[in-house]
Amino acid sequence: MVNEPTITCGILALQGDYEKHRQILRLLNCHTRLVFNREDLQRCDGLILPGGESTTLINLLKKHDLWDAVRDFGRRKPIYGTCAGCILVAKSIVGMDQDSLNLIDITVQRNAYGRQADSFIDDITLQLNGKSETMEGIFIRAPRIISMGETVRVLASYSGQVILAEQDNILVGTFHPELTSDTRIHRYFVQRIIASVKKS
Amino acid sequence: MKDAQDIKLKIGLAEMLKGGVIMDVTTPEQAKIAEDAGAVAVMALERIPADIRALGGVARMSDPAVIKAIQQVVSIPVMAKCRIGHFAEAQVLQALGVDFIDESEVLTPADEEFHVNKWVFKIPFVCGCRNLGEALRRIAEGAAMIRTKGEAGTGNIVEAVRHMRAVQGGIRRIQSLGDEELVTEAKNLGAPAELVREVKKLGKLPVPNFSAGGVATPADASLMRQLGAETVFVGSGIFKSSAPDKMAKAIVSATTHYMDFDLVAHVSEGLGQAMPGIEIDKIPPEERMAPRGW
Repeated sequence: MVNEPTITCGILALQGDYEKHRQILRLLNCHTRLVFNREDLQRCDGLILPGGESTTLINLLKKHDLWDAVRDFGRRKPIYGTCAGCILVAKSIVGMDQDSLNLIDITVQRNAYGRQADSFIDDITLQLNGKSETMEGIFIRAPRIISMGETVRVLASYSGQVILAEQDNILVGTFHPELTSDTRIHRYFVQRIIASVKKS
Repeated sequence: MKDAQDIKLKIGLAEMLKGGVIMDVTTPEQAKIAEDAGAVAVMALERIPADIRALGGVARMSDPAVIKAIQQVVSIPVMAKCRIGHFAEAQVLQALGVDFIDESEVLTPADEEFHVNKWVFKIPFVCGCRNLGEALRRIAEGAAMIRTKGEAGTGNIVEAVRHMRAVQGGIRRIQSLGDEELVTEAKNLGAPAELVREVKKLGKLPVPNFSAGGVATPADASLMRQLGAETVFVGSGIFKSSAPDKMAKAIVSATTHYMDFDLVAHVSEGLGQAMPGIEIDKIPPEERMAPRGW
């Protein structure tokens, strides 16, 4: 990405597959920073909330004084939440008494496909730049987006379900591109960060 | 293709658990304490390793009722242990819908020659190891996660350190070898040559590498992560301490922020009594768990 502003993509590193996200971003020559605390977050232009356990991540975000900081960050700068990260930023979660950051107008159901025995891999349909493309979708104890507001844009689907979507600064996906070597979604997110930096 | 997809899903779940703490629990109440303290998964057991050690006799898979009761109360993944080589126990655990099976030396081995063929299961397995060769043999059998064994139920970190250093040292050694030396290295390790080549290429195991067996304090957790563990299992260390809830939270913090020494110092304060430890050489060789399996 020549002639683009140098940006730093943060990756929340309290728990989860943050190293996998870092590997993908490195393939894109994007500068990354693992985020353990508020000081780390302040140095980032965008943030990835990785896959992991949402219960654990909520607990750790609150304990380490990052809950409000991440919410404020999402109101100003791009966030991409994968799987557990998608649950964290959703407006509401059904069937669970669980807090969320309420950054995107979607309702999510946790472990919607079942336990680990029901995890699966299948082709998904991306619609990132106006054209349909297929990609390998890895779903692990995945959540499901069961409803969403009118201004939420669908960016990928799988058998009629929305699995990648965005609204304002927030991009969410229920599957794990970071476990593949496919850089398309991360590239899309990095471009969003660049656009957001240029705008500010 | 099917195998390749399955192992990707299995390793994928292991990736999601990185940086979190996996805690041994014996009751739904303990499982809840663990989840609330920030555990990333729980290991559902009838008895924690320290009690298995004290009780003696044959240690088997937990009562399915215990596992189900724990599955009911937590939303994080639930793991359970089967005996080494006891594929029927593993089939039962898979039928119960556990998220991960630990083919564990903490239980009495059922087969002194063969481990479970883990490829045929839909559920991922974690297996213990004391060195690189053992780790690669388990991966060859289909394990999706490795944990160094340590010596469970002792509250003594010395064996965990020994095993993690052995694995990491073995990896560094492979990286220093020429390609023509790898098959001989595989022969010496007792491990498949393809996996040895992969370790050379990756500079790490091809599956997540966690640590178990002896973590009793936040500093123990930080130590193991600094030695290369991608996260830690805590068995007896939490519910054999005088204030399990506080100890659990402190170990979670120290595991996440293992390089933030101010934080590790802070969470280590006033935790009460850690579990009373056992010196390894006070354990008769036949009662040591780590040498079980090969």
